[in-house]
Amino acid sequence: MAEGTKRVSLKGIAKCYGETTALADTDLEIAAGEYVVLLGPSGSGKTTLLSILGGFVEPSSGRVWINGHDVTDLPPARRPTATVFQDYALFPHMLVSANVAFGLAMRRMNKAQRLRKAEEMLELVGLKGFGQRGVHQLSGGQRQRVALARAIAVDPAVLLLDEPLGALDLALRRQMQEELVRLQRQLGATFVHVTHDQEEAMSIADRVVVMKDGRIEDMGPPARVYLKPASLFAARFMGENNLFEGQVVGRANGQTAVDTIVGRLLVEQPAEVGEKVHVALRPEQLRFTAELGAQALGDAQIAEFSFQGTHFRVHCRLAGQELIARVPAEEPPLAGEVLPLYARAGDVVLLRQ
Amino acid sequence: MKARPKRYDWADGAALIYVVLAMLFIFLPVGSLILFAFQDGLAPVPPFKGPTLQWFDKVLHNRRLMEALWNSVLVGGLSSLVATFLGFLAAFSLARRNWRFAQGAQLFLMAPITVSYLIIGMGLQITFNLMGIDRSLLAVGIGHVVINLPLCFAIIYSQLGEHQANIERAARDLGANEWQVVTLITAPMLWPTLLAAYFIAFTLSWDEFVIAFLLSRFDVTLPVVIWGLLRSGLSPELNAAGTLVFAISIAIVLAVELLLWRGRKSVVNG
Repeated sequence: MAEGTKRVSLKGIAKCYGETTALADTDLEIAAGEYVVLLGPSGSGKTTLLSILGGFVEPSSGRVWINGHDVTDLPPARRPTATVFQDYALFPHMLVSANVAFGLAMRRMNKAQRLRKAEEMLELVGLKGFGQRGVHQLSGGQRQRVALARAIAVDPAVLLLDEPLGALDLALRRQMQEELVRLQRQLGATFVHVTHDQEEAMSIADRVVVMKDGRIEDMGPPARVYLKPASLFAARFMGENNLFEGQVVGRANGQTAVDTIVGRLLVEQPAEVGEKVHVALRPEQLRFTAELGAQALGDAQIAEFSFQGTHFRVHCRLAGQELIARVPAEEPPLAGEVLPLYARAGDVVLLRQ
Repeated sequence: MKARPKRYDWADGAALIYVVLAMLFIFLPVGSLILFAFQDGLAPVPPFKGPTLQWFDKVLHNRRLMEALWNSVLVGGLSSLVATFLGFLAAFSLARRNWRFAQGAQLFLMAPITVSYLIIGMGLQITFNLMGIDRSLLAVGIGHVVINLPLCFAIIYSQLGEHQANIERAARDLGANEWQVVTLITAPMLWPTLLAAYFIAFTLSWDEFVIAFLLSRFDVTLPVVIWGLLRSGLSPELNAAGTLVFAISIAIVLAVELLLWRGRKSVVNG
């Protein structure tokens, strides 16, 4: 399906509802065959952005290009997109096969052909032989799959998924995440997926777009956004983080010195002397042993901890600040224990704003 | 925790008596109407002299009554069809279009519900007079559309929620044009609601007397004929006619309940 690989380009897209700005002047390019996840809390503009891509919401300004064509003024039906809706929006009065074949019927494919294709699509989403059932005979997970089959049946260049897994239980959600990725590789189509679940975003995305208040805060591969977030918000929203306020005091040898309540920390990113910044360290980046090149942060007292299977999640206090750290499962911590903390310069992330 | 078995006290007894009395109050007139339709005698008054079907036989062979019954079916059937159709179109457009005056239009559409049938009937009589439309079954039918349209609109409008809007959006996304959305998605999806609206409109038209009386002349509907017969005195035949009218209404109400129940079931599961 090399034909199905198109690209998306959003230029200067904004959407205002009266006084409120749902989306502020946003640019986004999506490569062919890319799995992009729009991640953010509610009200961050991620669903608005998806709706603008699908043609359900008209942008207040800016242009939408799909596959080299300006589709800004085209209705959803005339765009090479298909949407999987949050509430699935299946046709309750039709059989499963008729649901899946609906888009093909609208494209005037003859009945035998479209039912055959519907059956193929159902097989692809793991619902072989479900064609003759009614929609209300299906479980939530099965409905989700039907909605998916119905959308991919029309061979969309871009598949839009609006919190598609929000209504499923955790185990099923994990399973569907893997299946979505497999399906996307198999079809070679571009997927744009909206979620507020950062774990979901990390596990499925080629690229995560972190949004807040109608703006893109950060975007990049999940590992990059997790390890080197570009903004304070992204650092907080993607996984747990320990943040310290600080002030830049100098630069030397390609390193920036920042004074914080845990002392002077060396960071690799550049910054102006005198700048007020935050530095961030992930729980797993707080170390209890002095390795080569590690900087001492001081002695932390363990307040409480919980067992997480692969590790202990430890709350500790350091210089009056509450921190979260990880201790290997083989070395159970003790409440009240005082341990020295260290961090590598390469791990410390400097954040502006 | 299990509740201790409750002992019944005098308050429960009083409540029970109250319920029985209330039920009697509601159903005694209908019950006596039906009972004396089977009266083996000339007067539909106590004592009850034993069951007979002769009055039903007489009703079924009374040409005037049977013609009126047919007229009622015709007026009810067609006016309800028009009211449901217009109500659907109004509900669909008001629920789906972000129109500035939607709220006002909705109030305006619903307003006739608050006006008495007598006033509507008189208004229609004057209007038809000005327009040169004779008093006829057509006039009665139009009158019944006027009283049933707000009701059909309200019933259908209540079922056009955001979930349904999303389903229509999905159809559009998959390439359906507006006509296809309405005919392939919205109307079939609302089928139980549309039928319910139709049948409720039908029962109201079926019973309606005031407008039918004011707007008809030679061809009349069943309630008007029964009223005419009542003026010449009580007869078990009238009881039988009333019982038939009642039975048909009840059958339709049951059909509506069944439809709504099935509709609810599919909403819950779907």
